[in-house]
Amino acid sequence: MKSNYDVIVIGSGPGGLAAAIAAKENGADDVLIIERDIELGGILLQCIHNGFGLQLFNEDMPGPTYAQYYIDKVKDHGVETLMDTMVLDISPQREVFAINKDLGYLDLQAKAIVLAMGCRERTRAQILLPGARPAGVYTAGTAQRFVNVEGHMPGNKFVILGSGDIGMIMARRLTIEGAQVERVLEILPYLSGLTRNYVQCLLDYGIPLQKHRTVNRIIGRDRVEAIEAVTVDEKWQPVPGTKEIIPCDTLLLSVGLIPENELSKKAGVLLDPITNGPFVDDRFMTNVPGIFAAGNVVQVYDLVDWVTEAGFTAGKGAAQFALAEKLETGEEIPLKAGENIRYVVPHKLDKNHLAEEQVRLQMRAITPIEERVLVTVEDQNGEVVAKKGEPYARPGEIITLAIKPKAYEAVQKATSLTVNVRKR
Amino acid sequence: MTQEYDVIVIGAGVVGSMVARFLSKYKLNILLIEKESDIGMGTSSANSAAVHAGYNAVPGSNKAILNSKALDMWPQLSEELGIPYERCGDYVIAVNEKNLAVLENLMERGRKNGIPGMELISGEEMRRREPLIRPDTIGALWAPTGGISDPFTATVAAAENAVMNGVTVMLNTAFEDFLMEGNTITGVSTSQGDFSCRWVVNAAGLFADEVMHKAGVRPEFVIRPRRGEYLILDKADFQLTQNTILFPTPSSKGKGILVASTLHGNVIVGPNANFVDDKMDKDMTREGTEEIWSGGKKLVPSVNRKHIIAEFAGLRATGNAPTPNPEIDYQQDFIIDIPSEVQGLVNLGGIESPGFTASPAIAVRVIELLKSAGEDLIEKSDWNPIRQAPPVFRHLDKHQQAELVAKEPAYGRIVCRCEMITEGEILAAIHSPIPATTYDAIKRRTWLGTGRCQGGFDMPRVVNILSEELGIPPEEVTKKGDSSPLLYRRTKDVQQDHIVVEDLI
Repeated sequence: MKSNYDVIVIGSGPGGLAAAIAAKENGADDVLIIERDIELGGILLQCIHNGFGLQLFNEDMPGPTYAQYYIDKVKDHGVETLMDTMVLDISPQREVFAINKDLGYLDLQAKAIVLAMGCRERTRAQILLPGARPAGVYTAGTAQRFVNVEGHMPGNKFVILGSGDIGMIMARRLTIEGAQVERVLEILPYLSGLTRNYVQCLLDYGIPLQKHRTVNRIIGRDRVEAIEAVTVDEKWQPVPGTKEIIPCDTLLLSVGLIPENELSKKAGVLLDPITNGPFVDDRFMTNVPGIFAAGNVVQVYDLVDWVTEAGFTAGKGAAQFALAEKLETGEEIPLKAGENIRYVVPHKLDKNHLAEEQVRLQMRAITPIEERVLVTVEDQNGEVVAKKGEPYARPGEIITLAIKPKAYEAVQKATSLTVNVRKR
Repeated sequence: MTQEYDVIVIGAGVVGSMVARFLSKYKLNILLIEKESDIGMGTSSANSAAVHAGYNAVPGSNKAILNSKALDMWPQLSEELGIPYERCGDYVIAVNEKNLAVLENLMERGRKNGIPGMELISGEEMRRREPLIRPDTIGALWAPTGGISDPFTATVAAAENAVMNGVTVMLNTAFEDFLMEGNTITGVSTSQGDFSCRWVVNAAGLFADEVMHKAGVRPEFVIRPRRGEYLILDKADFQLTQNTILFPTPSSKGKGILVASTLHGNVIVGPNANFVDDKMDKDMTREGTEEIWSGGKKLVPSVNRKHIIAEFAGLRATGNAPTPNPEIDYQQDFIIDIPSEVQGLVNLGGIESPGFTASPAIAVRVIELLKSAGEDLIEKSDWNPIRQAPPVFRHLDKHQQAELVAKEPAYGRIVCRCEMITEGEILAAIHSPIPATTYDAIKRRTWLGTGRCQGGFDMPRVVNILSEELGIPPEEVTKKGDSSPLLYRRTKDVQQDHIVVEDLI
């Protein structure tokens, strides 16, 4: 195989697939996807539930169907793919070192790299769950792989900690497979995942969700025998007299996702401590020239459609960089999280980019507002350069707002932009 | 009675495994029995991984003598058995005058224990050596004999080398009682049947008291487990400036909560020390976690909760045996003797810290005891002290990696992506002298699943590999032995009683 590529994409989930397609469509000749699993598609392959593609296709598809659409496109475009291959290291000079059983040690050079490694799940240690350490404590995604890909049930009687989307989806999935899901516990006073998943996966199946409640102790020496649940106060401290032993054989954790950036760090990519993903500009280029990032490696998305869109943007930027050996940028100004906003992606905006096309901002609210809200993008003087109304703001659901080219003039005067979400 | 052994060792923790390994040098028929599904699952599986510098134990105690003796053995032992070991030195940190006085005492103890090279250094010098240390440090005790190792590998390596030299290991074999003729031990009865022997070595760790009581030895000796909880930090996020162990100034409660490097590249924080009643109670507790975290943070203020990737607890086999020398007032010493009440028992008990450090010296002491009891130990001419460690992909440079994969392609498939553990390493563990047959057994041997995703990605793959290599269905693959299945049934294989129709409507 070749050792020089225009664009190397690391990861073949929705972000990676879209980035490879966009790189090809924007003039890159030699594009390679490196995937650690044995087939393309990433985590979508284990997401056999529907709900994918509503934004981009106006269609409700299961994960593998959604992935297949882009896998076919990748093949049509002549993108090279390397499966069952692990990237061991990347350098700021865009060297890529990888290992494969049959091809051995690979020493590759890319003109541009797109990081699309996705994210991993938070584990019990990261939330410091007390108790024993038996078999039967799984992250929701691991259980999802066991059930949907391997065809095995990791338990018969479940308690699920965390109301993240995968947890709620697994509650339904396990119920359909004949398991008993006793409870979903959520330490926060509000849902972590999408409301539609709460309705379709928990409410419709009669699975109780208890908020402000968590696992106080895991019980069972060899295999989980029960968990002790407890109500917590605002500071997450156990409330006396609220303990309940729930017999079960499995505890699933759906307690958050973390962008997987260990490889990024090796190349000197700087990470935002809030998103745990790289600082990116509006073409999804990181601080390291020629290294782009797309999808859940940048921020944890709620909808796959946005991951695909991010992949397209990053892939296009990577192709432009590969062809010109650099990226033409105008003056870049920072995008800041303002009132009730936890973070905004991208982290900065190229004023000239707006002349070509709209720039999509995505953000998460800090606290829920269950009434109509106005999302505004304001310059340093409080002048509104873009705004959008939303029926509500919930931390579990990403807010999307596009700055349109018509705001070009207003943005030219700005030295920074701040995003806020307020009651209307 | 199935087979005649010269020596049966009860318990395949690091002590039992070292005893078996050192005894395998002699023309003896040796059986090492372990009640769990793998070796090294008790105290050896959960501790600080420290090779202690030797200044802590009371001078003249078994602990002090054997710690000091073992320090001389570690370099060669590590070389012969392929056990990772780094003599990086350790520090005891003082933040006030009272602490400094304690350091003087420790220094004096160290001198009496024959520990070389100890030095009191200034706070400024300490901050220069480890800038992350708490800023109000006013002095430190530096002990160059302190080190870090890997108790999992040490146990596996010693037991494997024992097997290479003819020792039989039986797992899932629980000691039940002694077979006696008069006051002479003639064998042991176990959950797998009776075995005759001339000598039994009690290396039962937390259960050593129960074992010796069965022989009528030391009825007053009791092991009260002291639990120690630990936290592990992500190596990609936090590192000490150089490999070392940082201790606070010890108190009456013990050595205190340390912050140390591990040879796996992580930083470890812990342990606390709380007595528990149940010898299997390795629960993490909410209070304990807070206790060790605040202890660690006091010593190294820049540790960040966000960087915690693993939590575990271990139990110390704390006994109440006085030091053999009656002039020394110390009541928590190791028991290492041949009791007079029975014939045929080498009795080890109360082996807590520095038990891991001392384990090779304990093994040598066992040999001396057997000799002194008139046992005619004849060396084998073909004893092989070398145990070749299997290749560790992540420790190789790129050229070595390329070479290894070209030779053995299974090393080119990464199964555990956080720790970069390859299929080749997993296969080597499954087909090693003491085959790894559970998920945790593979974890202890390869370090897979110990990283930031804690096995989330590798586990389904490891289940498939174990299923294939052992020729068992995935439902029979366990985490740590028979009662810890990972999976229950195939999907769609729904039994009627799983469905409550009303709930679905």
